[in-house]
Amino acid sequence: MKIHEFQAKQLFADAGVAVLENRVATTPEDAAKAFDELGSAIAVVKAQIHAGGRGKGTTKENPDQHGVQLVRSAEEAREVAQQLLGKTLVTIQTGEEGKVVNQVLVEQGCDIARELYLGIVLDRASKMPVLMCSTEGGMEIEKVAEETPEPIFKEHFDPHFGLQGYQVRKLCSKLGIVGASVRSADRFMRTLCRLYVNLDCSLAEINPLVVTGAGELIALDAKISFDSNAMYRQKAVAEYRDLSEEEPTEIRAGEAGLSYIKLEGNIACLVNGAGLAMATMDIIKLHGGEPANFLDVGGGADKSQVTEAFRILLSDPNVKAVLVNIFGGIARCSTIAEAIVAASKEVGFEVPLVVRLEGTEVEEGRRILEESDVEIITATDLTDAATKVCAAIGA
Amino acid sequence: MSILINKDTKVICQGITGGAGTFHTRGCRDYGTQMVGGVTPGKGGQDVDGIPVFDTVQDAVDATGANATMIFVPAPFTADAILEAVDAGIETIAAITEGVPVLDMVRVYEVLQGSGSTLIGPNCPGLITPGECKIGIMPGYIHTPGTVGIMSRSGTLTYEAVWQTSNVGLGQSTCVGLGGDPIVGTSFIDLFKLYEADAGTEAIMMIGEIGGTAEEEAAAYVAEHVSKPVAAFIAGRTAPPGKRMGHAGAIISGGKGTAVEKVKALEAAGIEVAESPADMGAALQRAIAKHSG
Repeated sequence: MKIHEFQAKQLFADAGVAVLENRVATTPEDAAKAFDELGSAIAVVKAQIHAGGRGKGTTKENPDQHGVQLVRSAEEAREVAQQLLGKTLVTIQTGEEGKVVNQVLVEQGCDIARELYLGIVLDRASKMPVLMCSTEGGMEIEKVAEETPEPIFKEHFDPHFGLQGYQVRKLCSKLGIVGASVRSADRFMRTLCRLYVNLDCSLAEINPLVVTGAGELIALDAKISFDSNAMYRQKAVAEYRDLSEEEPTEIRAGEAGLSYIKLEGNIACLVNGAGLAMATMDIIKLHGGEPANFLDVGGGADKSQVTEAFRILLSDPNVKAVLVNIFGGIARCSTIAEAIVAASKEVGFEVPLVVRLEGTEVEEGRRILEESDVEIITATDLTDAATKVCAAIGA
Repeated sequence: MSILINKDTKVICQGITGGAGTFHTRGCRDYGTQMVGGVTPGKGGQDVDGIPVFDTVQDAVDATGANATMIFVPAPFTADAILEAVDAGIETIAAITEGVPVLDMVRVYEVLQGSGSTLIGPNCPGLITPGECKIGIMPGYIHTPGTVGIMSRSGTLTYEAVWQTSNVGLGQSTCVGLGGDPIVGTSFIDLFKLYEADAGTEAIMMIGEIGGTAEEEAAAYVAEHVSKPVAAFIAGRTAPPGKRMGHAGAIISGGKGTAVEKVKALEAAGIEVAESPADMGAALQRAIAKHSG
């Protein structure tokens, strides 16, 4: 689960991770008021969307308006907020469609001496969280890793014991953080690592992390995402979920217990199991088609869930054909077949439907389909299914 | 011959009185698995179809001599259930439960190191030695006793591979679903070691997916240490970056974990990679032919 920068900074402030004084504004008037309240000569107005690259990104409405802008007066803060609020911001991470800006963050300016990068992720290879730092703040860390010789310094930490003092000192030595700043770094890094564990984060990234003229470390940006599996014990964090940032059909699928991701193609697929669902997308592409979605109906799906899955698939106007690929394990082919019949009655299949059934209760499933009047192109195996669905749309 | 489990394995089910626990305990027993007991705290003394229920894993082990368990308890309690099984000295633990918080698994993984237990999963279908012992939720009837070891991060894709290998006349020694989470108890490498040492396994099929670097690490291991023919498939070649493809572990992030990188690493290690998921059985045949040729 992702949250906004202003929410992340609130969590940082609560935990004692240094951030600049800021206000959230949903109207231009609030933005002007925020500037006055902050009382600094300069402030930054930042569009709040769940995507990076906001500083370089521009709005659809005004190609000169970037998502992050320095302002020097309340009036200027109002104007920039006016240009951002309700507008669609397109960045390298949003795709062409962009994202609507519903709120802006107005934040104090700051005296920046250095910009660093800091991130915490789970290192799957070592099975531990890892704190990563680099002297190349502000850049995309992937680019640092690929394009510059600047090393990324890493320290793994045990979630129970947290990051140790000597680890901070090692990092400081490599980053060139000296003198009184070491103490600031110690507080900053260890508190952030504790927050990462306490809140079940899956990512905490600060880019840039600045060292001020006075030698203090401050999070100028803040990006956190959370382990969705742990939200049952992170109720306060779960409140931060912003449904307007998510694909409506994905939310709907989630409510039905389905795992669905919308893609750009025109062949809808309904599959049981995440691996098989990915493999089905792959084989469609291998045969010249483009998948319209990833959809795993899961093992325990009942008839109503599967019927809902069909409703979701068919609500996508791009869909020109549907491929059902089921290898019944816990999921029963008969359940899927009943859902196909029900969906056909209720929503109707106006596009070709290719079905491949195998596994638990396959005979019963095939019988249900044969005895129904649903028009179905039957496939015997994966290749046959992919060939037939691609042929059906002339791909 | 087989790895991890065989006809002598004595199995308990943690969470036996829950819906899924009861259902799959019956399924495993009907397949021929020695289901000797179950555990549900507070329900010790009851039974499920004559299979005795105990309050703790230790009680179950003491009374039945169980050396394997399958775990169906809800996700918030799964880490505790795994640690209880480790504490009771269970050798093979299959955690079927989906949705376990990853930081719980960091803690569990630490405890597993140096213990005598092997954890399969979580978020996995379990494992099966065809004709002898099934611990998990896979449909038993698609399996055929034979000589191919199959391991996978995905459940239903494993069924597909099993089906295809059976269809080309190859049966399976032991099939293991490793699980789709970022941290799982057993890696491809752990199983390569076991398959390599198992006289009953003559070829190995590995089914990976996008996300992480487990496949790349396995490829490097195979190049150095595995003498048997190996075939592989990687699911998710067409998956877009930054989107979690169902499994918590199946996500391309920061440009890492792409299928292209994984396939490259596997091929460099001499592994026969199936281009299409429909080609897994054939890829295995090619790997065997190449090996004997």
